[in-house]
Amino acid sequence: MNLSEVVQRMNLKVYAGRAELQRTIAGGYASDLLSDVMAHSRKDQLWVTLQVHPNIIAVAVLKDLAAIVLVNGREPAADTIEQAEQKKITILGTPLSTFDFAGKLYGLGIKG
Amino acid sequence: MALRRFRADLHIHSCLSPCGELLNSPLRIVERALAEGLEVIALCDHNTAENARAALQAAHGTGLTVLPGMEITSEEEVHILGLFGSLKSALQVQAEVYRRLPRLPVKESVVQDQVIVDSNDEVRGFNPRCLMAATGLGVREVVDLVHEKGGLAVASHIDREAFGLISQLGFIPPDLDLDALEVSPLMTLADARIKYASCAPLPLVQFSDAHSPEEIGRASTGLWLGGPTLDEIRQAFRAENGRRICDS
Repeated sequence: MNLSEVVQRMNLKVYAGRAELQRTIAGGYASDLLSDVMAHSRKDQLWVTLQVHPNIIAVAVLKDLAAIVLVNGREPAADTIEQAEQKKITILGTPLSTFDFAGKLYGLGIKG
Repeated sequence: MALRRFRADLHIHSCLSPCGELLNSPLRIVERALAEGLEVIALCDHNTAENARAALQAAHGTGLTVLPGMEITSEEEVHILGLFGSLKSALQVQAEVYRRLPRLPVKESVVQDQVIVDSNDEVRGFNPRCLMAATGLGVREVVDLVHEKGGLAVASHIDREAFGLISQLGFIPPDLDLDALEVSPLMTLADARIKYASCAPLPLVQFSDAHSPEEIGRASTGLWLGGPTLDEIRQAFRAENGRRICDS
């Protein structure tokens, strides 16, 4: 499944990286500790978090993650969006909580 | 001005912190710090400085200097110490921190763990706020707020897995204008200098993060200063005018 299908089926907001939406997703990872994401996430995963600090972009680049999904309706800081566009990282948003979002992703066949 | 070494423990909680022991009153902290041979301490309760005045008063006329401070929880759940040169600055920062704390209902049992005390150990009241919560201030906003009031901003216990800058944000944001990085008593300052060598030129310091009287001074940092003031400490952090961090 690619990002644009997930955006459509989960009704996600696109905050940055619209040009990257054809990227394929291989699973997901949910965590708000960036040190943990650096240690345990894998390439091409969709990263679900509520952190909005610009460091999330550096972590997504480092781990080559498919995209970042911000939960609970949280909006990225302006400098986070700017860095995401520069580094070609997609930032998406949902009003759902991490639990509900991850549950629905499983329903779409996207697993850990 | 003759420079000499001052032993500093600039991260101490009082009974006002929800996790701080009730016996850790400002008076008790001052007594214990003196007994430990400390010359400068900072009272840094979570998101509040309401016991700072009592600690300053309790230390008055003793050989101990108390700096008013606060350990502020950022939106990312990173702990940042704000160290101030005056009570006024600390209370100005406190006003903004209170404004940005979530207004959550706090259980009576928790409120009773947030004790405001005077310099004679008399209970003056309880803080009804959710002091353990994260403020709505991002790390950079916290650092800017501390600096606006002339304070020093130190990232707390960067080696810890809870509420540390590195655990929460993966690495130290390069544009964050910190004055120093603190490591916890869990490691030695010598080991920290090796582990965090890439953080240079940000200076490393080590304090106790005491929540009980016995923990006061369990870690401290030697500062080579002309006197125990915030401005002298600032110069020591920057290794300016002969002021410096000398050892643990």
